[in-house]
Amino acid sequence: MGEVILTMKDIDKSFPGVHALDHVSFEVCKGEVHALMGENGAGKSTLMKVLTGIYTKDSGTIIYEGKEVTFHNTREAQDAGVVIVHQELNMIGDLTVAQNIFIGREFMKGFRIDDKKMIAESRKLFDELHIDIDPQAKMNDLTVGKQQMCEIAKAISHQAKVIIFDEPSAALTEKEIEDLFAIIRDLRERQLGIVYISHRMDEIKVITDRVTVMRDGTYVGTLITKECTKEDIINMMVGRVIYEEPKTKSLVPPDAPVVLKVEHLNAGRMVQDVSFELHRGEILGFSGLMGAGRTETARALFGADPKQSGDIYVNGKKIEINSPEDAVKAGIGYLSEDRKRYGIVVQKSITQNSTLACLDRYVNGPFLNKKAEREITQKYIDELSTKTPGPDQLVVNLSGGNQQKVVIAKWLIQNCDILIFDEPTRGIDVGAKNEIYKLMARLAAEGKSIIMISSEMTEILRMSDRILVMCEGRKTGEIPIEEATQELIMDKATRNIQ
Amino acid sequence: MNRKKIRVFSDQRFIVLLVVIALTAVFMALSTGFRRYSTLLQLLDSGYYFLLMAVGVTFPLITGGVDLSIGTGMVCYALIAGTLVRNNNLPVAVAIILCLLMGAMTGFVNGVLIAVMNLPPFLATLCTCMITRGIGSMMNATPWPTGSQAGGWFHAIFKYVQGTGRRATQYPVGLILVVIVVLLMEFILNHTRFGRYTIAIGSNKEATVLSGISVKRYHVAVYVVCGIFAGLAAVAYAAATPTVQPGTGAGLELDAIGGVFVGGVAARGGYGSVLGTLAGVAVIMLLRVGLPFIGLQANWQQIITGLVLIGAVMIDIIKQRRAAIRQ
Repeated sequence: MGEVILTMKDIDKSFPGVHALDHVSFEVCKGEVHALMGENGAGKSTLMKVLTGIYTKDSGTIIYEGKEVTFHNTREAQDAGVVIVHQELNMIGDLTVAQNIFIGREFMKGFRIDDKKMIAESRKLFDELHIDIDPQAKMNDLTVGKQQMCEIAKAISHQAKVIIFDEPSAALTEKEIEDLFAIIRDLRERQLGIVYISHRMDEIKVITDRVTVMRDGTYVGTLITKECTKEDIINMMVGRVIYEEPKTKSLVPPDAPVVLKVEHLNAGRMVQDVSFELHRGEILGFSGLMGAGRTETARALFGADPKQSGDIYVNGKKIEINSPEDAVKAGIGYLSEDRKRYGIVVQKSITQNSTLACLDRYVNGPFLNKKAEREITQKYIDELSTKTPGPDQLVVNLSGGNQQKVVIAKWLIQNCDILIFDEPTRGIDVGAKNEIYKLMARLAAEGKSIIMISSEMTEILRMSDRILVMCEGRKTGEIPIEEATQELIMDKATRNIQ
Repeated sequence: MNRKKIRVFSDQRFIVLLVVIALTAVFMALSTGFRRYSTLLQLLDSGYYFLLMAVGVTFPLITGGVDLSIGTGMVCYALIAGTLVRNNNLPVAVAIILCLLMGAMTGFVNGVLIAVMNLPPFLATLCTCMITRGIGSMMNATPWPTGSQAGGWFHAIFKYVQGTGRRATQYPVGLILVVIVVLLMEFILNHTRFGRYTIAIGSNKEATVLSGISVKRYHVAVYVVCGIFAGLAAVAYAAATPTVQPGTGAGLELDAIGGVFVGGVAARGGYGSVLGTLAGVAVIMLLRVGLPFIGLQANWQQIITGLVLIGAVMIDIIKQRRAAIRQ
């Protein structure tokens, strides 16, 4: 770890109604990977946006390479060597890799863009980083992991001295994360300052040198990674101790009836001959790497994607599911991993969202029965303890955890007994996660049956009664919770991969 | 090599080119009238303004936007400039420049409304469409000078006439102009910053902003370019139409936009080509001019154009679905 390259001191920033950053300080040294942690809304991204000129700070100073600086936009920050690799990938899918890397600073020959030189320079850059990507490929045709590598290559090509990674691993497979870490280590060797924002505790321990924790827009403290434990960091993040022990024993009675039986489900490359059973009151964890076909299985089962073959039995009766409508009729509800896109209408109220899927039950003739709508919504707000001033609150104003509860309410109002949770706690902070876990456990205890797709091993081990592991579109294992270990699951999740 | 070959065949521009050839062949086989040289001239005359509009609007469509003001705008500019030529002896050269300036101005207004004020393109250009139609309606019907009158030289940009009366031979020189314009704009789209950022805005505007590009400036420029082409189209329209009628022009932009989509611009934006637009416009022009020769009148032309458009957009959607499956 070398000298300090970047210091942010007493940074203050308010938005209307929110004190987003309250005199926060932060520093990065050359050759250091410095983790920035905190729950959602703690102010990590805001701090980095202030640094790179996307937001203007209200007060405070930024000292970079010994001089006080203020960047007015990302361009100025880039030119000075402070580059951010965004959480949502900052790339233009219809352009090629080389065109993306050099966007905004194309090599020119008069009026003409010198594409040849851009391709050659990209190739050089990739060689240097030991990345194997064709600079002439269209961005859209690359995997998320490779797109991320391009982003990093782009950052480095800016002669970056400080690189900020904003949740880089969120969409990567284990293998891709390893590649990413190799590159980060290489950058550290080269004496770059690296800021690493992530929610994943395991990664923080592996890759970072120091950890700075923020909470509610304030600076909590900085620890040296080697000298602290996971619990230390979590306690700083939430200010309270979290219980995160794995489940040791299935809570499903041995005589619980089978409520859902899927036989030989096939849907494209991602779902090949998948069969399983789900019991009443059971939480069945779907584990596997990113791209193992878990979401695809759920979507095919739910009728959201076409399936080629396969039989589905609900409560012993064979049913045809060709559309989500059929699935809902059979009592199956699906909570998408991408809430904002598939789960809720954010600009509408909780009531409107809750009853959206079964409006025909809340009508008087041609008119909506708003009173009944509000009553049922309020009932589930109370039951799920959704934090909101009332049922008329717009969903956009709720936190991620509470938005998730609105989606759950939507399916419960529908009388769905089989619920598929796809990454139920993605983008939800640690405190709210716990609440969702408790809620799921309660639903199961009340006799609902749950399929939980999750990429987080701790979540799988903590919640599931039984674990189904997939790899490359096939079921590769079914493990009772009593026998489940991280190693066993990983082994099955990588079974088909050479 | 093989992969390249497959790419050529699945390229929508190639498919559209085949359609152009097929349509020409069918019309020629079924109708002797269609085979005449005069039919080609007729097709080109009414094709120039149409193509110029389409080339211009290709750019907003690639950004994922649209420009509805080009049709009424075109007529409005032709009327204003024509009136000034008639009543105030404005030299035709100045009138042409005036058309381009008015187009650029409308484009600028569209661009500011869309890129700076964040109005949806449909709405912003609907406003300017109504405004230009209104202004156009205030004018009187105005013929620009005919070929034999003073100032009629501008006809020669599109059609060079040798001799007079019935013995005159007409050369469609406008075709050369069109090819140059199309190639120039194709080059600009693929090899200049303006073109690249046009694609980038259509593909992922947020990312383009975060790349440190002054997106607003380029986004406005896209509509200015489109407006200038509407101005050019006004000159071509004046050359093709004996008398420009006030209050007309609405709906012409939709034909042009349809042509661009037939030519393979992605409905979601982010992809397109000017060569494709040329091919797409050729299809629509062939239908418009060719169908009456085989006994199908204007209403049929509309229906068939609509069906062709559905087909073209389906190709785009199927391609995307395939790409999604590959992922």
